[in-house]
Amino acid sequence: MLAYLLRRLALIVPTLFFVSVIIFGLQQLLPGDPALAMAGEERDPQVIAFIRHKYHLDQPLPVRYGLWVAGVLHGDLGESIRINRPVLDLILEKLPVTAELAGLAMCFALLIGIPAGVLSAVKNGTVWDYGANVFALWGLSTPNFWLGFLMILLFSVQLGLLPASGFVSPFEDLRQNLGAMIMPAFVLGNAIAAVMMRHTRSAMLQVMSTDYIRTARAKGLVERIVVLKHGLRNALVPVVTLGALEFGQLLSGAVLTEQVFTIPGFGKLIVDAVFNRDYAVVQGVVLFTATAYIVLNLLADIAYFLVNPRLRA
Amino acid sequence: MAAITLDRTTTEPAETKPWRRALGRLVKRRGAMVGLFVVLFFIAVAILAPLISPYDPVATNWGLVRKPPSAAHWFGTDEIGRDVLARVSWGARASLLAGVVSVCISLACGVPIGLVSGYVGGFLDGLLMRITDAMLACPFLILAIALAAFLGPNLTNAMIAIGISAMPAFIRLTRAQVLNAKVEDYVEAARAVGNPHLRIVLRHILPNIVAPIMVQATLAIAAAIIAEASLSFLGLGQQPPAPSWGSMLNTAKNFLSQAPWMAVWPGLAIFCVVLAFNLLGDGLRDALDPRHRA
Repeated sequence: MLAYLLRRLALIVPTLFFVSVIIFGLQQLLPGDPALAMAGEERDPQVIAFIRHKYHLDQPLPVRYGLWVAGVLHGDLGESIRINRPVLDLILEKLPVTAELAGLAMCFALLIGIPAGVLSAVKNGTVWDYGANVFALWGLSTPNFWLGFLMILLFSVQLGLLPASGFVSPFEDLRQNLGAMIMPAFVLGNAIAAVMMRHTRSAMLQVMSTDYIRTARAKGLVERIVVLKHGLRNALVPVVTLGALEFGQLLSGAVLTEQVFTIPGFGKLIVDAVFNRDYAVVQGVVLFTATAYIVLNLLADIAYFLVNPRLRA
Repeated sequence: MAAITLDRTTTEPAETKPWRRALGRLVKRRGAMVGLFVVLFFIAVAILAPLISPYDPVATNWGLVRKPPSAAHWFGTDEIGRDVLARVSWGARASLLAGVVSVCISLACGVPIGLVSGYVGGFLDGLLMRITDAMLACPFLILAIALAAFLGPNLTNAMIAIGISAMPAFIRLTRAQVLNAKVEDYVEAARAVGNPHLRIVLRHILPNIVAPIMVQATLAIAAAIIAEASLSFLGLGQQPPAPSWGSMLNTAKNFLSQAPWMAVWPGLAIFCVVLAFNLLGDGLRDALDPRHRA
C-alpha cells in the first residue's frame, strides 16, 4: 500500500511541473509585448514600464518562470489588475459557490445516472434499456447553456416557479438558495448523469454475468436483492471512481451554467477575467482547477485501490 | 464417412475485406444511418447556405425587430431584424468548420506524438505522458477558454484552442493502441525482415490502429462543436455580426421572455448535429469493434 502510494505521489511531481509550465506558457501566447496587452487601452510609457517591472517582464524567461513558481509555492498566484486583490483570495471567495453548485449537480447526476444505468443493464435489450440509452444520448448531446435557457423559459417565464437568475447564500436563506440553485444544478448534472448511466450500465452488465450472481440466483434469492446487494454493490466501485474523474467536466460546465444563471462563482470569475484582460486571474483559475483535478484523481485511485481486494493482494 | 462441405451462402466470403465487413455492419445500424443522414444534411446546408438562405444573414431591418416565426420568416427575426433561419443556415458553416478543423489539429498533433511515445517507449514515453497528463489535468473548456483568451477572440483561435485542448485524448488513445499493436506477430515479422522503424510505424502499425482513432475523431467532432458553441456563447469564438450558433445564443439570452425563438432554433441545431455525430460515432464503434455491442 505504502509503495503504491509513494509511486502514485511521485508521478504527481512531474505532472504538476508540466502543468505549471503550460500555465506560465499561456502568457507567452499573448501577441506582441505582454506589457502592452496587459496595459489595454492605456499606452502611457510609465504605466507600461511599471507593468514590465511588476511582472518581471524585463527579466529572462527562465528567471520569470522561477519567480512565478516561487510565488505560487508561497500561495501567491498574482494580483488581479482589475480590482487589485490577490488572485488566491478571489478564488477562495468564489469557491464555495461553485462547490455548492457542483455538489448539487453531482447529487442529480448520481440520483438519475445510477438508477438509469441499473435499469438499462437489468432490462437489457428491452424498451427500458432503449429509453435509458436515449436519455444518455440526450444528455451527451445537449449543450448545457441551451438546456438552461429551455428551463428558464419553462420554469421561470411560463410557470413562474423558479427564479431565472441570481444567488442567495445558504447562510442567509436556505430556501431561496435552493430555489435559485435547483435549475443550474440540474442543468450541470444532466450531462454527468448521462456519463454515469453509461458507466453504471457497462459495469452492471459485466457484474451480472459473473458466477457469484449466478450462485446468488441459484440460492433462490429475490431478484431485487441479487441486483442491489450483489450486483450494484460491486458495480459501484468503478462507477464511483470514474465519477471522480468527471470533476473536470463539472468545472467546465460550471463556467457556462454560472454564465446563464448569473451565479457569482468560479466560472464567472474566469469569464470576467478574460474580458477584463486580467491574465493573472485566468492563470490562477486554470492552475487551481488543474491542481484540484490532480488531487481528486489521486484520491480516486487510492479509493479504488482500497476497496478492490484484488489490487491489494 | 460423410464429406464436409462449406456452404458459401451462409458464411461471409473469405476474401471480404475487414473494412467492407465493418461498413456492412454500420449500414445495418439504424441509429448510425440516421446520424449519417443528419450530418450530411447539415453539411449540405453549410455548403449551400448562399443558395438556400432566404435572406442575407447580416442584413438588419429595423421594421422587423424580434418578429415571431411567420410564413415570411420561418424561424422569426432577431433583435435587429435579421432572419434567424438565414443565420442558422450560415451558422452551420462556423460550427461544422470548427468541429472538423479542431479535430484535424488534434489528429495532426496527437497521433504522431502517440505513435512516437508508444513505439519508442522508455524515457521519451515517460516524458510525453507526463506532459499529456498535465494537459489532461486542465479541464477541457477551461483550458480552451484560457487559450482563446490569450490568443485573442476569433473563430480561428477558437479552433486552435479546441484542437490543442482535445489533443491529449488522441495521444493517449494512439499510444495505447501502439503498445498493443507493436507486440503483434506481424510487427515482429516486419522487424525481422529488416524494415526501418519509420516504415514499420507508418505501413504496419498505423493502418491497424486507424479504426479506434476514427471512432474517437467522430465523437470528438461532436465535443468540438459544443466547445465552439460554448466559446462563441462566451464571446471568445466567432465575432458578431458573422453568424454562429453559439453567438446567436449569447444574444438570445437577453431576450428570452420577449423572443424565445431566438434561443430555440440555434440551440436545436447544435443539439441535432451533436446528436448525429454521437449516433454516428457509437455506430462506428460498434461496427469496427463488435465487442463493444454488449
